[in-house]
Amino acid sequence: MMHTSQLVRLTLSAAAAALLSACVSVVSVTPSSKPVASVAPANKPGVKAKVTDAAKVAVVLPKGSDPKAGPAPFASTYKPLPSQLTALVGGHILTATGEEIETGTVVMDGGKIVAIGKDVQAPAGAKIVDAKGKWITPGIIDIHSHLGVYPSPGVGAHSDGNEGTEPNTAHVWAEHSVWPQDPGFNRARAGGVTTLQILPGSANLFGGRSVALKNVPSITTDGMKFPGAPYGLKMACGENPKRVYGRKGRSPATRMGNVAGYRSAWIQAASYKRKWDDYRTKIAKGEKADPPERSLNLDTLSGVLAGEISLQNHCYRADEMATMIAISREFGFKISTFHHSSEAYKVADLLAKEGICYATWADWAGFKMEAYDGIAENAAIGQKAGACVIIHSDDQIMTQRLNQEVGIAMAAGARMGLPVSRADAIAWITLNPAKGMGIDDKTGSLVSGKNADVVLWSGDPFSVYSMAETVFIDGAVVFDRKDPRYQPKSDFELGQPGEGVHP
Amino acid sequence: MIRKTSLIAAASALSLLSALPVVAQTIAIVGGRILSQGPAGDIASGTVLIKDGKIVAVGAKVTVPADALIVDASGKTVSPGLVLPSTSLTVAEVEQIDDTRDDSAGQRMGAAFDVQYGVNPNSALTPLARLGGVTRAVVTPVLGRGGSDGHKDDGADDFSGSFEDGEASLFAGQVATATLAAGVTEAVVKAKIGMALDLGEAGAAYAGGSRGAAIVLLKSALEDARHYARNRAAFDMGGSRPYPYSRDDLEALIPVVEGRMPLLVRVHRASDITQILKFAADQKLKLILEGAEEGWMVADAIAKAGVPVLIDAQTNLPGSFETLGSTLQNAGRLNAAGVTVAVMGSRDYNNLRQGRFNAGLAVSYGLPYSAAMASVTINPAKIWGLADRIGSLEPGKDADVVIWTGDPLEVTTYATSVFIQGKEQPMTSRSLELANRYRPVKSDYPPAYR
Repeated sequence: MMHTSQLVRLTLSAAAAALLSACVSVVSVTPSSKPVASVAPANKPGVKAKVTDAAKVAVVLPKGSDPKAGPAPFASTYKPLPSQLTALVGGHILTATGEEIETGTVVMDGGKIVAIGKDVQAPAGAKIVDAKGKWITPGIIDIHSHLGVYPSPGVGAHSDGNEGTEPNTAHVWAEHSVWPQDPGFNRARAGGVTTLQILPGSANLFGGRSVALKNVPSITTDGMKFPGAPYGLKMACGENPKRVYGRKGRSPATRMGNVAGYRSAWIQAASYKRKWDDYRTKIAKGEKADPPERSLNLDTLSGVLAGEISLQNHCYRADEMATMIAISREFGFKISTFHHSSEAYKVADLLAKEGICYATWADWAGFKMEAYDGIAENAAIGQKAGACVIIHSDDQIMTQRLNQEVGIAMAAGARMGLPVSRADAIAWITLNPAKGMGIDDKTGSLVSGKNADVVLWSGDPFSVYSMAETVFIDGAVVFDRKDPRYQPKSDFELGQPGEGVHP
Repeated sequence: MIRKTSLIAAASALSLLSALPVVAQTIAIVGGRILSQGPAGDIASGTVLIKDGKIVAVGAKVTVPADALIVDASGKTVSPGLVLPSTSLTVAEVEQIDDTRDDSAGQRMGAAFDVQYGVNPNSALTPLARLGGVTRAVVTPVLGRGGSDGHKDDGADDFSGSFEDGEASLFAGQVATATLAAGVTEAVVKAKIGMALDLGEAGAAYAGGSRGAAIVLLKSALEDARHYARNRAAFDMGGSRPYPYSRDDLEALIPVVEGRMPLLVRVHRASDITQILKFAADQKLKLILEGAEEGWMVADAIAKAGVPVLIDAQTNLPGSFETLGSTLQNAGRLNAAGVTVAVMGSRDYNNLRQGRFNAGLAVSYGLPYSAAMASVTINPAKIWGLADRIGSLEPGKDADVVIWTGDPLEVTTYATSVFIQGKEQPMTSRSLELANRYRPVKSDYPPAYR
């Protein structure tokens, strides 16, 4: 599938970016000739850059002038919770790689999955968890969440999801709206959700940057940020932007206005990217050059053009998805995932061919015209076409039971003669969203070497009666239904009537 | 006014009778596991015998007449048709398209608003609900343009107010029940079966901003209705004291104050529940609660008052300051206290299928399975005064029967046959037709030709 190639591309461009920023950091020297800091994948702060001869001719840029210089702002401070060598023994395993192991063992050590299989023995000294009669899956990933940006309680003072003042707000970052005390994070964790993509809302053509979070309790948002996960850019097709701005008597007021808005922005982004590329080329050659003026908005858009930021596109209708694909060709970027995509089943072959994931609900549809053709068979038809299908929530209640949403979509497939196996269906809420977010090298399936993000279920995860019993993130117990010590509560809920309520 | 009203009621009753499907046929559903919700209990393998649209026998050993049409349900589960206890189904089509919504009166009317006149038997959502095993809907009006409460990212909530303060009445209007049978010209089975009212934050907003105002306004509205009932002649002569409500609104409230029509109160916070229970006892009202997220905190009082509750069993977040105590255990705890519980989906009509799954969810959190099945069948029927006709597989009742691939509350189960008043329903819907049109096939022609 296209996702592999996408991943390769992302990896390559990350390497390219690292090279470029290495050059840049060379020139980003303070008056005292000490490196300001370095180049900076969010998870590797503090790598010292070498000061070379080039520094002598370098322009000394004020901090923050060059988006690639210095440590990445708002870097992840996530630290896995304490874990120990653990073996889940004798469980029914869905690996999310298409494999179903009816009785097997998963071993986790040092935050990673170290062994998995039918004949795997628990190592000496491992904490043994009896998984007989229980099911084991990767941790659930909700690729479309507004937890933290539309937290509970949903009062106006908490309404931080839509910067609905300009149709293009690519400069805002969802992480700066996230309230880590949203009780919804805890509820989602009790439903087996270990990773979330928090998106800005869809009022705007360009809503802003998304952020990938590990679903751990944290005082700061940086403490939840998924190390090494690429950022996403939220875009929205269709009714929402044109309604929000049309009502204000300004563009976009129509779908054609939407498209003009996207294209105008990409033209600017291409120009901005070229200026920075020229600048970096000159500096690399040791020539004198003035850096372009930095734009937060265009940093994000040009990041998409460079393949460093994944594109997350709210788009319901089949024809609009095709239009967005045409725009991506015009400007040379890649759409990672369509969201909501009620009509994806009409273009399932196209999406499969293009290697674009689509995230949808099981059967939530009909609430607006662009969702009028939403059907419960959407996922099953896409699966048959070989597309990368994702079930998402966009909802603080539904996110707690994405496993059951998958069950509903499976039943619809079975009813129309397109049955989907459990082994395949589990990927809709694990490996496929990981692909859509560009983190499938780290999480999303039960494979040795990957992060030990794992859920132990009381039974078949696609049953209405099954519950997540124990949830592990990076091998650490983050939720245990039977042990109140592992049932964290938000500060907000302390002393409230809900305190002590079982999740 | 009363005379006119009852004439209309009589007229619609007549048209209903003529709309009933006439099925001069005997049908035997044999071999299925029966969850009767009636005196026959659960039967591992049994027969449901239907004659002329009514159930005539339910049991393990039922003699099947020779001329009966046999429906083989072996390996399957047979249940009564599901009853949606509070929904906009049939009066609202596309939530965000106002033209398609007849579920609220807006600012012009309160108690008099009668949802029955907007019921559309040809709604495209009806077949979808029917495929989910729903055979009957209790259609309840809402205040303002309520609806989706979970879908926040589209900017609608951020940039448009939901309702204006201090206008109209607290009452959302009158409740009707509709059949989901295909091919009927009139879907309303019984109109004016309840009066809907919002309290808590929504009611307070309508009353000008606070709960204290809402309850006082409610009390004065009911007193006005009583006063009006005693002084109709004087009112007609212009000799009565002025009322803030219209004659139509007051007229509609008379059955409520006389305790003949239940008052459906949407309320969430424990203290609000306590207040309305007290108020209803003082005023001798017949009460039904909807929402009641903090109901478990005052479960004994609700049980003691004999008040039934309609709940969305999924709500477990402090979505507002009146639902701080929300928990998935609400249904189980209310049931344990002796409260009659009906489980609903979120009232979004795009979430129609959720009712039975919510009942299943409640089982995981303490509601016994039998109570969960009852919560989507016989309980809503009892609560709305419809149990003489529907809600269980029981001789004499309408033959609203669903055959399922398995446990009706399970997400991977679907309905394979649905009977309403003994008539087998088409197992299709607009959604299913779309799915079939786009099923993977090779063709040189566009799907529009399929």
